[in-house]
Amino acid sequence: MSALITCSHVDFGYEHHDAVVDLTMEVEEGDYLCVVGANGAGKSTLVKGLLGLLAPTGGTIRMADELKKTGIGYLPQQTAAQKDFPATVREVVLSGALSRRGRRFFYSGQEKEMAERAMERLGILDLKGRCFRELSGGQQQRVLIARALCAAGKMLILDEPVTGLDPQAIQDFYGFIKRLNQEEGVAIIMVTHDVANMVGQADKILHLQQKVLFYGKAQDYKKTRAGREFLGVGEV
Amino acid sequence: MIAEMLSYPFLVRALVGGSLISLCAALLGVSLVLRRYSMIGDGLSHVSFGALSIAVAVGWAPLGASVPVVVLAAFFLLRITENGKMKSDAAIAMISASSLAAGIVATSLTTGMTTDVSSYMFGSILAMSPGDVKLCVGLSAVVLVLFVFCYDRIFAVTFDESFARATGVNVSAYNILIAVLTAVTIVLGMQMMGAMMISSLIIFPVLTSMRIFKSFRAVVWSSGAVAVVCFCIGMMASYKFSTPAGASVVLVDLGAFLLFGAIEKIRGLNKG
Repeated sequence: MSALITCSHVDFGYEHHDAVVDLTMEVEEGDYLCVVGANGAGKSTLVKGLLGLLAPTGGTIRMADELKKTGIGYLPQQTAAQKDFPATVREVVLSGALSRRGRRFFYSGQEKEMAERAMERLGILDLKGRCFRELSGGQQQRVLIARALCAAGKMLILDEPVTGLDPQAIQDFYGFIKRLNQEEGVAIIMVTHDVANMVGQADKILHLQQKVLFYGKAQDYKKTRAGREFLGVGEV
Repeated sequence: MIAEMLSYPFLVRALVGGSLISLCAALLGVSLVLRRYSMIGDGLSHVSFGALSIAVAVGWAPLGASVPVVVLAAFFLLRITENGKMKSDAAIAMISASSLAAGIVATSLTTGMTTDVSSYMFGSILAMSPGDVKLCVGLSAVVLVLFVFCYDRIFAVTFDESFARATGVNVSAYNILIAVLTAVTIVLGMQMMGAMMISSLIIFPVLTSMRIFKSFRAVVWSSGAVAVVCFCIGMMASYKFSTPAGASVVLVDLGAFLLFGAIEKIRGLNKG
């Protein structure tokens, strides 16, 4: 097991305030890390930092070479505009391969094949000609995961993925993320509000409130004060 | 009738220039409308009206003076929409009204309401000069090259800016490019279509195409085709019934939208 991402004493901030202070953590191959915290706790800032969209104001982030090569797959929060977007599932998934294409103008057969494989892995191959806006919330999430897998096979960052899904779709979603993680060794970093479910899913929990309130094994999280308060459990 | 129309050089210019402008506006419109930036087109047309009338009042070259102003306005509008600091629809409405007012005041202080200004407001079929047609050809060449060679990047940016950014697409550069091209399209098209109606060229074709088509590629192609066909039909109607060109084109666009909507309904009924 080697670390894919190593953050040591990392700070992120905007002009006048610090969003994340003194974060030290490691994401290893095949890890399942869940990032929790209240609104404005710096979760989205951390995601931007890990994706390389925001430079740290202090500390260092080290990425493994293999991760640099393939990049990180990303599932952003869904926007309202996407809900009625006219695009086929295949078009959306294929757009994940854009980063692999470099300066070429069109997709190669290899990239198209990759998109097919990604759709197959998520069981949406039969939807490929369907229009994105006609799918259910759960199906749309699968399509976007397939797109992210096209971009990168080693690690996925999911930002609030279950927002707006119905309970059944949420369980399905956690199910196949877990499968991706365990059977295919994809490292997962999931930002979520849904802490109660996550404790049973993730290996590691990172609780942010600008500073790190908790970072460690999911089982241990429930025993800490931060965890108990956040989970709303009075006693353990 | 078509042969008769083509015997007037000014009508040929209007048809060629207008078709190219419609095509550009529709293609750029796909990206703008799907990202909920339609209001930018409307705002820019009003800014463009203000800039043109002031240029005419002061005696500058109308296009030379207004293109830079509208391009700047495009940057600015995109900024406020992206940042979300101010309610962008309110901000755009404010800018639109102010530019209209500035244009009208500048005109009434100097020349009075000349035909030029009225044609900027409601459009004139006579407005296309040979120089304008050349500009239209240049502009549409740039837009077509962009859409053929950067099609997949445009799709990525339009569908999901955050993801595109994370996969290393220079989203801001595309936004700026699209805003600049939209600005130039609007300034060029406005003299013929009129400030009040030019934004319809951006908005109608994509909404019409979305009624029927389910894939992005089909929507892009169809928007271009719908725009050009509607424009030509509108021009012929304008010639036949002596109605203003811009208004005729918009009504044909509306007709196409209703027609596509009806087709969608009928298909839906057949499916059950």
